[in-house]
Amino acid sequence: MSEVILLKRSDYLSTVEARHQEGYIYLADLTCVDYLNDHTRAMEDGVQLERFELVVNLRSFAPPAIIRLRVQIPEGNPVAPSIFALYPGAEAMEREVYDLFGVRFENHPDLTRILLPEDWEGHPLRKDYGVGRVPVQFKEVKRNR
Amino acid sequence: MSNSIYTVVRPDGDNRFGLAQETSEGLQELGERSATTAAALAKESGVTLRIPEGEAELEGDSDDGRMIINMGPQHPSTHGVLRIMLEIEGETVLRSKPVVGYLHTGMEKTAENLTYLQGTTNVTRMDYLSPLNNELVFCLAAESLLGIELPERATWIRMLMSELNRIASHVMWLATNGMDLGSTSMMIFGFRDREMVLSFFEKASGLRMNNNYIRVGGVAADLPDGWEDDVTAIIDTIEARTSDYDELITGQPIFRERVVGVGVMSPEEAVALSASGPILRASGVPWDLRKEMPYLFYDQLDFDVIVGSVGDTYDRYAVRLFEIRESISIVRQILERMPSGPYRTLDPKVTPPPRARIDESMEALIHHFKLFTEGIRIPPGESYVAIESPRGELGCYMVSDGSARPFRMHIRGPSFVNLQSLPVMLHGGMLADAVAVISSVDPVMGEVDR
Repeated sequence: MSEVILLKRSDYLSTVEARHQEGYIYLADLTCVDYLNDHTRAMEDGVQLERFELVVNLRSFAPPAIIRLRVQIPEGNPVAPSIFALYPGAEAMEREVYDLFGVRFENHPDLTRILLPEDWEGHPLRKDYGVGRVPVQFKEVKRNR
Repeated sequence: MSNSIYTVVRPDGDNRFGLAQETSEGLQELGERSATTAAALAKESGVTLRIPEGEAELEGDSDDGRMIINMGPQHPSTHGVLRIMLEIEGETVLRSKPVVGYLHTGMEKTAENLTYLQGTTNVTRMDYLSPLNNELVFCLAAESLLGIELPERATWIRMLMSELNRIASHVMWLATNGMDLGSTSMMIFGFRDREMVLSFFEKASGLRMNNNYIRVGGVAADLPDGWEDDVTAIIDTIEARTSDYDELITGQPIFRERVVGVGVMSPEEAVALSASGPILRASGVPWDLRKEMPYLFYDQLDFDVIVGSVGDTYDRYAVRLFEIRESISIVRQILERMPSGPYRTLDPKVTPPPRARIDESMEALIHHFKLFTEGIRIPPGESYVAIESPRGELGCYMVSDGSARPFRMHIRGPSFVNLQSLPVMLHGGMLADAVAVISSVDPVMGEVDR
């Protein structure tokens, strides 16, 4: 139904800029997926698939259309350019991705944790973040209780 | 005369602004833009405060009268646990920062460990004022990966429930907005009307809220006997009462004084900040997913998209009030067109067989066993589905790896994104108006924090 485009990280910003010019002026959603140890992922459409995938949904109002960009972010250096300058609405969404996945955004005006406390350790939506323990990490709470 | 581009005295000597031509300090004109310090510039043009959450004071000198105050997270007008850091100068709000996360329980992580049958019980708790819309978007995302066709009746029932939920949510908003602006009677009226809709939900699904009624493959149960009469009674009553509320609130001078011209947001700002729903439409952008990118059978219905013109708090009120009437008209059309037939798909891989079939068919027994021990298996793929919830674009991004649990489930919460517009609306307004503006955004914190 909607167009899906796989992208290398280096093509991300230029593609977004080109689409913005075409009329995709509304950022519907920006999120991330952690494909840890997914060995079925290798190469698709000439793009090397990496551990993190940034998923960006852009909308055009006239004509009504939606496209989805899937940007590959390597595990060793999880950094992506911020699209805040084109879409100011990306601010909270990129902060959420940083908070829960640990993907950093370059040129973001305020890259801090948004949902979790500022002194939280780890990024919970990563697949290797353990669940099943009691991760209460609030301020001034002793860890050894 | 300096070469400042901001000089107010024109070259021909025309003193347009009536400023003194000659003073002891020379001509009175504005200085170079570059002479403005960064701190002063931020104060003037920035709307979003970007300081750490734990910070209580502004950097630099505090002699200029600016100070930070925290509104919430326990403030009664913040509809939950929203905290807003406000930079104020006297009574005027300069920059602000919504601080969220107090209700974060990691529901997207939880969803990765729940089957598709359990998944709806999880998402329904996000936006607790429109639970059926949350279930709907989750199921539409799962079904888009499954690639199954739903029986017509299931889709019409979903639309009926979704629109009734929109009415309940907007009526609830009228109630809380009334309370925030000092109209206690509106609060009681709103809750009374919402209760009628919730009673019908209870009759249909067994629960007033967090219904878990819409499921992957259809709905949980057929509509109860006599549902037409119940629904007709609800919409007739609420329609008559919206006229009363119109009379009670719309023209009332005290209400208008609080909302007209307060918290204005331009359409360009609304689009840039990814605002959606009544906020985007109140700013004058005629964008409604039901109309522009129809899902379910909304393309077969006749309804209007309500659009504001100024983008102030009053417009956001008016858009919601008229949307109640549009939803009532949609429900009337659904009442006329509701087809008969099965209320969930007959695909044995999705819907468990009827009890009687298990005794006579080995395959039915196997399907029954597999569905209840393992769950529905969804083919690998990824999909983004968005619907128009009462608060705006509610999206669900789902990735499946072929197992019975989603590999990743992300909800694009309209409240979460809409909160970014708050600093724009609050900028330059009075501190007392902040309550009216926050209320007009209608944030549901369960969905913001997830």
